Amino acid sequence: MRLTELPLRQPAFVDLIDWSVLSPSEGQRLREFGLCEGASVEALHHGGLWGKGPIACKVGRMTIAMRRNHAAAVTVRTGPDAAP
Amino acid sequence: MSVLPLVALVGNPNAGKSALFNALTGARQKLGNYPGVTVERKAGRLALADGRPVELVDLPGTYSLNAASPDELVTRDVVMGRQAGERRPDALVIVVDASNLDNHLRFALELIALGLPTIVALNMVDLATRDGLELDAAVLARELGVPVIATVAVRKRGLDHLREELGGLLGSAAPEAKALPPERDFDVVRGEARRIARAAIVRETPSRRLTAAVDRVALHPVFGLLLLLGLLFVMFQAVYAWSEAPIAMIEGLAEAAATATRDALPDGMLRSFLVDGVINGVGSVVVFLPQILILFFFILMLEATGYMVRAAFLMDGIMAKVGLSGRAFIPLLSSFACAIPGIMATRTIADPKDRLTTILIAPLMTCSARLPVYAVIIGAFIPARDVLPGVGLQGFVLFCLYVAGIIGAMLVALILRMTVTKGASGGFLMEMPKYQWPRPQDILLGLWQRAIIFLKRAGTIIFTSTVILWVLLSYPKPPEGSAISQVDYSIAGRIAGGLNVILEPIGFNRDISLALIPAMAAREVAVSALATVYSIDAGDDEALLERSLGDRLKDQWPLPTALAFLAWFIFAPQCISTIAVTRRETNGWKWPLFMLGYLFVLAYVAAGITFWTATALGLS
Ligand SMILES: Nc1nc2c(ncn2[C@@H]2O[C@H](COP(=O)(O)OP(=O)(O)O)[C@@H](O)[C@H]2O)c(=O)[nH]1
Ligand SMILES: [Mg+2]
Repeated sequence: MRLTELPLRQPAFVDLIDWSVLSPSEGQRLREFGLCEGASVEALHHGGLWGKGPIACKVGRMTIAMRRNHAAAVTVRTGPDAAP
Repeated sequence: MSVLPLVALVGNPNAGKSALFNALTGARQKLGNYPGVTVERKAGRLALADGRPVELVDLPGTYSLNAASPDELVTRDVVMGRQAGERRPDALVIVVDASNLDNHLRFALELIALGLPTIVALNMVDLATRDGLELDAAVLARELGVPVIATVAVRKRGLDHLREELGGLLGSAAPEAKALPPERDFDVVRGEARRIARAAIVRETPSRRLTAAVDRVALHPVFGLLLLLGLLFVMFQAVYAWSEAPIAMIEGLAEAAATATRDALPDGMLRSFLVDGVINGVGSVVVFLPQILILFFFILMLEATGYMVRAAFLMDGIMAKVGLSGRAFIPLLSSFACAIPGIMATRTIADPKDRLTTILIAPLMTCSARLPVYAVIIGAFIPARDVLPGVGLQGFVLFCLYVAGIIGAMLVALILRMTVTKGASGGFLMEMPKYQWPRPQDILLGLWQRAIIFLKRAGTIIFTSTVILWVLLSYPKPPEGSAISQVDYSIAGRIAGGLNVILEPIGFNRDISLALIPAMAAREVAVSALATVYSIDAGDDEALLERSLGDRLKDQWPLPTALAFLAWFIFAPQCISTIAVTRRETNGWKWPLFMLGYLFVLAYVAAGITFWTATALGLS
């Protein structure tokens, strides 16, 4: 499922990132934030009144905020054997 | 003079570099600029354990040596020895956040590979402990191959150890310049960082996570916005409620000084200069120091607690609608205190068009220099009664003025993004730091610096423009027995008479025209100028001199004029320093002139609409 669809506070792992959605500098920044295939993620908050705002999520030990179109580029896995 | 060894602090944003820098150098720091770029160079002197001095620089935070913004470029170039105006550091102190090792170690590994003598400061171990994380610095040191010292920058813990270790590092022979290492694959370095981080963790117990709990409310789409609005509202109420007593005190002092001067000196030009120009003019602005400090107090607190980024998160949706990102909200909120630090803070915005738009609308955020103007007019024309229990009408009107500025800024941004700064939106990607309680010393230091800056402004720009105005108002003298008043006869009065042709349609009178000319230097000069005009106008009339500026305005201005004056100042571009900083940050005169032009047009139109509407409604 996409990171945008991940229920709040459910631990998951990044399966795949569609880097083509991101500009090179945005991709670079996300990687620097530790978001990469295999990283642990947890959606924490959805901003905006109609769920259209940015998403705050935990990546490793860091909390980052990103817009929905970027979060939608991240596919995640949940469940007991999701860990890489 | 021999050149001191240079040590650079590097690391991710929010690792605590500046806190460590302050702790190591004390208050003795020198601010400068790197040549050709507008990035600030912050350097200071630090004494090693054996007393040897070294120079310490605090480099801008960055996540890797792959730089995106102008700030980050400087950091990369300095550590690589390529930055103009900076020698290559003799040693690096890499600051890492103990509770975010995976990430910070990746950059640390990249830096260690440069081959400079290096120490790692494992900072914020107190916060890591709070979150139930225990680390082994010795394991880290072994894995990284450089000394690792646990520090708590804000409690000055580990600093002696750091100085000692640095002394050892710099004691050895001068480092030979190494060739730059080949670039390693990003993912490989990250993998290694993660492995080392895991190895260094001794114990990890899940514990109460303060930040997560607070964020459930603070980032909530409804309650979070209510909280943000509530905070801003409290801030504006406090500006009035907390400032009454100190303002009365300053007013008392100014009055005593004026009376003493009047008694001590014979009637004449010198006395008029001191009383009308200096004491009444400059004093009428200094009186607002308490309110300005209260405003800065809130902004410093919002920043230091980590709340500011949450506000950016909440605002991103709205900012996106006008083509900006939530990140722009932070410089804009600082612009409430002053547009100059606000405009400088836009450097962290990587997208050039996002950044330019933010710079152009920053002056629409109600800065503290407008506060004196608003406060005088509101104090004179808006009755001090409660609209709701505990909610004063005056504070409410002030709040509305701020909101009007914000709405104006959003509309302008929208139009700019569709025209002159057209382009794709830059997106929103931000790290959210942990909450923490700021140290009182830090807040007090920030307030102290602001107070000094404000008083310096009062002593220079405001003093000079007030004195020039006083001269222009005092000469030439009308002939004996003339029916024309001193003010009308003076040079300033004649200039204002000419200007009044343009300003009369929007309800401005001669006094406002008079005040607006020197207020080109700084907005708050409008107040000191009015005070000087009325002081000279009163001449020797004791009864008139006794009356406060507010009372005199109330006597002489119709309500629509006062409201139009307020509306003018929502947009008024009058601030030389803002124009200068915009020129510097945009590298040319094009954008500052554009800004000046559009703000004047908006100010004129807003004042006009306000005046005509208020007149039509029969307000008086
Ligand atoms: N609790 C704690 N807070 C710290 C420590 N070092 C820095 N801080 C705080 O962390 C925040 C970011 O620090 P700062 O020096 O501005 O980080 P920089 O971006 O690396 O310059 C500030 O609010 C500091 O007061 C530390 O060792 N312990
Ligand atoms: Mg810093």
